Amino acid sequence: MTEELLAVRGLTKAYPGVLANDRVTFAIHEGEVHALLGENGAGKSTLVKMIYGLVKPDSGEMTFRGAPYEPPEPRAARNAGVAMVFQHFSLFDAMSVAENVALGMENPPALRDLASRIREVSETYGLPLDPQRTVGDLSAGERQRVEIIRCLLQEPRLLIMDEPTSVLTPQEVDILFQTLRRLTSEGVAILYISHKLEEIRTLCDHATILRQGKNVGSCVPRETSAREMAELMVGAAFASPRRAGRDMGPVALDVTGLSVAAPGHFGTSLRNIHFAVRQGEVLGLGGVAGNGQDELLAALSGEFRVDAEAIRLHGKPIGLLGPAERRAMGLLTAPEERLGHAAAPDMSLTENAILTAATREKLTRHGFLKWGEAEDFTRRIITRFDVRTPGPGTAARALSGGNLQKFVIGREVLQRPEVLVVNQPTWGVDAAAAAAIRQALLDLAANGTAVICISQDLDELMEISDRFGALNEGRLSEVRGTRSLSVEEIGLMMGGAHGMEVAHG
Amino acid sequence: MLRLEKRPQPSRLWTWLTPVLAVLITMLAGGALFATLGKDPLEAIATIFWRPLFGEFAFYYRPQLLLKGAPLVLIAIGLSLGFRAGIWNIGAEGQYIVGALAGAGVGLAFYPAESWMIFPLMVLAGAVGGWAWAMIPAVLKLRFGTNEILVSLMLVYVAEQLLAAMALGLMKNPDGHGFPGSRNLRQYESAHNGELISGTGMHWGVVAAFIAVIFAHILLNRHILGYHIRLTGQAPRAARFAGVRPARLVLFCLGTSGALAGLAGLFEVAGPAGQVSIDFNVGYGFTAIIVAFLGRLHPVGILLAGLLMALTYIGGEIAQSNLGLPAAAIQIFQGMLLFFLLAVDLLTNYRIRISSREVA
Amino acid sequence: MMLFGSIDPALLLASLMVASTPILLAALGELVVERAGVLNLGVEGMMITGAICGFAMAVNSGSPALGFVAAAAGGAGLALLFALLTQFALANQVASGLALTLFGLGLSALLGQGYVGLKPPATIRLNIPLLSDIPFLGRVLFSHDLMVYLGLVLVALVWAVLKYSRAGLILRAVGENHEAAHALGYKVVRIRVLAILFGGACAGLGGAYISLIRVPQWTEGMTAGAGWIALALVVFASWKAGRVLLGAWLFGGVTVLQLNLQAAGLAIPVEYLSMSPYLITILVLVIMARDKSRAPGSLGRVFYATQ
Repeated sequence: MTEELLAVRGLTKAYPGVLANDRVTFAIHEGEVHALLGENGAGKSTLVKMIYGLVKPDSGEMTFRGAPYEPPEPRAARNAGVAMVFQHFSLFDAMSVAENVALGMENPPALRDLASRIREVSETYGLPLDPQRTVGDLSAGERQRVEIIRCLLQEPRLLIMDEPTSVLTPQEVDILFQTLRRLTSEGVAILYISHKLEEIRTLCDHATILRQGKNVGSCVPRETSAREMAELMVGAAFASPRRAGRDMGPVALDVTGLSVAAPGHFGTSLRNIHFAVRQGEVLGLGGVAGNGQDELLAALSGEFRVDAEAIRLHGKPIGLLGPAERRAMGLLTAPEERLGHAAAPDMSLTENAILTAATREKLTRHGFLKWGEAEDFTRRIITRFDVRTPGPGTAARALSGGNLQKFVIGREVLQRPEVLVVNQPTWGVDAAAAAAIRQALLDLAANGTAVICISQDLDELMEISDRFGALNEGRLSEVRGTRSLSVEEIGLMMGGAHGMEVAHG
Repeated sequence: MLRLEKRPQPSRLWTWLTPVLAVLITMLAGGALFATLGKDPLEAIATIFWRPLFGEFAFYYRPQLLLKGAPLVLIAIGLSLGFRAGIWNIGAEGQYIVGALAGAGVGLAFYPAESWMIFPLMVLAGAVGGWAWAMIPAVLKLRFGTNEILVSLMLVYVAEQLLAAMALGLMKNPDGHGFPGSRNLRQYESAHNGELISGTGMHWGVVAAFIAVIFAHILLNRHILGYHIRLTGQAPRAARFAGVRPARLVLFCLGTSGALAGLAGLFEVAGPAGQVSIDFNVGYGFTAIIVAFLGRLHPVGILLAGLLMALTYIGGEIAQSNLGLPAAAIQIFQGMLLFFLLAVDLLTNYRIRISSREVA
Repeated sequence: MMLFGSIDPALLLASLMVASTPILLAALGELVVERAGVLNLGVEGMMITGAICGFAMAVNSGSPALGFVAAAAGGAGLALLFALLTQFALANQVASGLALTLFGLGLSALLGQGYVGLKPPATIRLNIPLLSDIPFLGRVLFSHDLMVYLGLVLVALVWAVLKYSRAGLILRAVGENHEAAHALGYKVVRIRVLAILFGGACAGLGGAYISLIRVPQWTEGMTAGAGWIALALVVFASWKAGRVLLGAWLFGGVTVLQLNLQAAGLAIPVEYLSMSPYLITILVLVIMARDKSRAPGSLGRVFYATQ
């Protein structure tokens, strides 16, 4: 057995109302890939933040290479040899790759020397990257490379990776795994956070499983079935959604030649997108984050105006209509970002119900709000979708992520949409709530609604959609029936030529 | 060690308590300031806050409260709509001036004809003048994306020069023996904004201010447009998602605040001030910003805040003549009020916790 | 053209240098503040506070140099209030900046009561030997007071620090994305407070330049919107130090020209000429508004570290 690198004993951290970590204990050895497995909200992020010095534990202790280790800040952690790649990258869009790397280092060399070292490391580990490029222009996979190279330049002993594959195509995942194996062969330990079981079985030597902040078990993933790990992670079996047999009706939404220029400096442009959804059908749109998902949703919701003919609802051109008009016609949407986009954080649930339901639920008369009706509608959402909240007067931001997501989806579903577009409907939602949301989407489709589900969770898309397409750099792949698709084909659809290039680079 | 903790939702209690707390802290700090100026702090505070309301000459000062409060409330109500939506009209002073010029201009153009129609026309012109002046930053923002804060503010300085040009040129009283300033509208029956009930300070501007408070209250709480204004301020992206057109909101908020400021200017110039003169404006447009915030951008709050601020003006004048307190001290006092309000506002959205640092 | 004949171009350019210095100093300070991600609309208030602090100190001590030190301290002191409000009490930056201006105008009026009508001690002009004797250029460039040169040095310094130094890189990082900077372990609040203080000191110096050299005397509200013009200048300059200098010269030029035209007795009423710097500012804002993408990413947003 190799030497113990990091030991965590009885680490506890409480936030008001939640015990994020409850006496967590485990150890990582040199040259090992150690998985930290758990659902969203199980306390994985808090745990690694404590190891990285971003959060101070309430009690418990850590040792690093045998010596007591309690980093007061990330700098101390980095000095000790701990590096971290964040799930939401800590990058600066308007700055160059080299500047971004320099910011993550204690004593960076002059920018010119740094650039050549970046090239060196990127070649050694098979992570092609140009140091002069502006980070905002990079793809999600390339941005992750910036983070990884930033860490590698400090020659860490322990590399923490928080959900690294959620932004990668299957091909890019392979490249990442090769890089990580290379690192472990040099004795670097990797703490790998994920909730994707197959991935962990492929890559990791040991796994520690967290549930509701507690360490509920450990295993050797290669010797454990995905099912066993899932049960440890979730705690109980839950019903997976059933697909009712259904008849497809006529085309409800028809998108032809949809192109939208990127709104901001660093957005993705949509290029010539074609697809059609029929009544009763679920169309799954996959793709790695940042390939035009937000823009597509905005183009469909009416936040972006497009050519009139580019989008047709039941044959009528609606490209020039705004969100309110499209809602009135039955095209409803639920964006990915819950707080600030789908809902106003500081407003009550009733006010948030008015946000999208004012027209269809007739919550206004001559422009004056009918508060009573709005509150009734809110109560209906709360009951039907099991939203845990003290009442309709609660502010949206006081709800947990999963509960708010149920509210947002429920708000659209209860308005009986003709076409419903959702983006990342179960992101950050616990397993039971995710299953409920998927079931609601399927029920809607069974009643004749055309559903478009944009998601980065391939398992989810395979589970609920009839046909599948993938977004890549603002283009949509060919849309194909899900039954006949293999994982390789999906990977190619998601990566397009771009992913292949990397694979051979 | 003190630590901040975000509340799950804004505290209702503190929303109403913070302005009161801010006023109390300002009184303390103001008292300290007056003491360093060599004045008896208690005497000064009493002079400012008590005398005008309950002192010997209260019968004279109480009407003043309405006179000074009305323009503040009228302007602040308009500003509060924009501030709620994240549209920052800082140039109300300019709109106030231009509204006064437009309204007075109409009145002076009719001189010496007498008709009941003149005053309503002046009111209309005042509102249109202020509206038009506010449309400049609005249109530039929509057309070119310029910052409305800077543009509306620059236009204050332009308006002040315009006022000087008018007072010394076009609107100068031809019978004024060369003195700057226009004819006195108080001596022109049809154009005069006089007291409606003698001895109360009640003039048309006061009526307009009350109407504005009620109008704003209904708009914000009962109407979808007011809901959209609040939504845009709190979550602009969610507002676009809801279908709010930001351009229309910019036009509405800047236009309304401009029109109300213009009205305030007209009522002032045709009433209490009486004539277009270089310095008829006394900074109501800026003080109204404090009033809007102090009133928590809430119509009823603004009404109360406007009266309070009017009180500090009147009390300040008394303190100036009775105690020799410098006029600037009152200006500082008003500035401090806004400072402390912004500082204690923290309590509305955050809890302050005392956490003991862990022993290693 | 006859009118322009009576204006000496060398004198015009020399006074342009003088007229541009106050807004140059204030705008440079604000540029650093905004690059750190903070929008301080209180420049006008800090300038006027600096103007009276500098004036009072110079009159009492007889030393303009001490006056400028006091002005910087005064400006920074007022900026500290802004820092407390926005960085610790997490108040809205727009409202806090306005409060700062309103408060600064009142404070300066109070402090300045005894100083109306006084003359400050004269600031020595540096007639740089040899260089100042060059015809035309000598008068335009080489016979100014120290503050004019300090302003120019500061432009170079701010430019170099932001572009090449580690400190500049960190400052830009904080302004670009404060969450990411925090995640990397940088002290967002501390860096911003320092930037705000620097901005206050610069604004104070700019204000004192008006009351001690440019005018030179004390009157209430004498900065007359210079602080707001400085704010506009930062936008005009797309947050680049070099272009701040360019902008300051442009505004300095407009100011000087309109004053000269007033003096030359143009047929246009004085008031309309006095409007011109403000109108030009609006015009420039319109022209420059296209270039918006360069604003620092976190500008004006409240930073609240979770945990």
